[in-house]
Amino acid sequence: MSAGRWSAGVIPYAEMGYWRPDYEPKDSDILAAFRITPQQGVPPEEAGAAVAGESSTATWTVVWTDRLTSYENYQAKCYKVEPVPGKEGEFIAYIAYDLDLFEEGSIANLTSSIIGNVFGFKALKALRLEDMRIPTHYVKTFQGPAHGIVMEREYLGKFGRPILGATVKPKLGLSARNYGRVVYEALRGGLDFTKDDENINSQPFMRWRDRFLYCMEGVNKAQAASGEIKGHYLNVTAGTMEAMYERAEFAKDLGSVIVMIDLTIGYTAIQSMANWARANGVILHLHRAGHSTYTRQKSHGVSFRVIAKWMRLAGVDHIHAGTVVGKLEGDPNSVAGFYDTLRLDRVAADPVKGLYFDQEWASMPGVMPVASGGIHAGQMHQLLHYLDEDVVLQFGGGTIGHPMGIAAGAAANRVALEAMIKARNEGRDFLAEGSDILRAAAKHSRELDVALSTWGDITFTYESTDTPDVVETPVSI
Amino acid sequence: MRITQGTFSYLPDLTDEDITKQVAYVLDRGWPCSIEFTDDPHPRNSYWEMWGLPMFDLKDPAGVLLEINECRKTYPGHYIRLNAYDARYGRQTTALSFIVQRPAEEPGFRLDRTEVADRRVQYRTHPYALDRPQGERYAR
Repeated sequence: MSAGRWSAGVIPYAEMGYWRPDYEPKDSDILAAFRITPQQGVPPEEAGAAVAGESSTATWTVVWTDRLTSYENYQAKCYKVEPVPGKEGEFIAYIAYDLDLFEEGSIANLTSSIIGNVFGFKALKALRLEDMRIPTHYVKTFQGPAHGIVMEREYLGKFGRPILGATVKPKLGLSARNYGRVVYEALRGGLDFTKDDENINSQPFMRWRDRFLYCMEGVNKAQAASGEIKGHYLNVTAGTMEAMYERAEFAKDLGSVIVMIDLTIGYTAIQSMANWARANGVILHLHRAGHSTYTRQKSHGVSFRVIAKWMRLAGVDHIHAGTVVGKLEGDPNSVAGFYDTLRLDRVAADPVKGLYFDQEWASMPGVMPVASGGIHAGQMHQLLHYLDEDVVLQFGGGTIGHPMGIAAGAAANRVALEAMIKARNEGRDFLAEGSDILRAAAKHSRELDVALSTWGDITFTYESTDTPDVVETPVSI
Repeated sequence: MRITQGTFSYLPDLTDEDITKQVAYVLDRGWPCSIEFTDDPHPRNSYWEMWGLPMFDLKDPAGVLLEINECRKTYPGHYIRLNAYDARYGRQTTALSFIVQRPAEEPGFRLDRTEVADRRVQYRTHPYALDRPQGERYAR
């Protein structure tokens, strides 16, 4: 480093040690891949160095107090910058952070560093955190999922097929007694779970305690009617931690197997609730409310694959992660990347899926992804093909909107699912023969027959916004 | 009523040919089969009685079906399920489980409610069959 490094004033970040093309990341470093769009005239290496600087030790001018520290250790290092294929002016900057920069077991601290200030930095037009590599050294400082996929399946006694759920509709306005009716009908019809929506908390038309009481009547009645374990995600999201704990304790006392929180409660609150869920033996469902405000646009924000990673560390058991075929954003390859991140123990870098780094989870249990939003029984073969078995398939409208009633809608979904699993296991090409398999199953299920004639042709074929750019983007289905 | 535990309870009862195909699938994936039976189908009854040990070394679906039929002969009025087990690192749990025999009549469950304070209700799921002693619970 030149003597000029310490002259008072402003010098480029790259010259302050934040651009280190020779740097070999350590196994214990946290790595980040940022998509940067520098302002006109800013070289990409300088922009990458600036991101490294602003997300670690730097400020805009030289400070002599750096010399009181072993600053090289604390400086993040941009070690590689690559152009994004087919995207003029966009680059991927790879940055390594020493483990010392982060507090153990704190998503809040991790994110305050990595995405704290830097996203408003003027020298960049736009910035997106595409992916992170969390070293096992840091993974092991987190609790991880309160139960995980394996424990949840054993707890529910449900194996070899996706779990089925539905969100109670209409989202808003039902009284507690009417709401519990929907829960009962859907569960006795054949679903495993029903769910509060993200914005069902405790409003004037239905207070939380009343909802909990009626929902548990529905859950227990359906359990006795079917001989199966049933559950309803009681949303405990509230304005304060104290209120959330109160609601969660009440849900537990009523015997609920699962509670739910929204992403909007914040990372620290999520970690607290995950600890609570582990300590109390209650499964924890997370709705990713609000995430599209920063995950959807490719040039700026945080990719959902990063949020998925953080939430696995934070310790939720369920998280909404896309459907591919439903009404909400979800490119097949990107969604496959999210699902791998949530479910596998060892995730290999795969540019096609938007995965920039190998990720080792060191036996941290998997999170059950949830597919929800505009899916129906007629898509069962596609859902099984894209999402596989460890997933909760949630058919809200596709259950409650059934012309013969809610229980019939639930039964239609369950028959379709079991028929598809049976056909798959028998070695049939279920994706190609999906419609035939469903029609054959409908011969012994009037509920499925009616569901197929109501929704059979409904598709949501819009182009995806959030697609990996590394190779040519496949067309959406 | 029809108890809907297991993977295929919403489909018509599986034929022996159907069962053989499922067994071929799980054996092909290296998952050993095991057979369990019970006359207490409470949803929280995790431990049905084992029909011998898991068949770790049995690779022929016909052999598994033979054991299912032996179990059916011995316990004609019980629930019988077939499980496949995935011992791979990271799973080490049941991979598939479905009912291969159910009693001729399934009386199901009674839901008992005890009203406690503050509008709370305590629930208890009671299998009607448990009112009779073990071994005499279901018609054959």
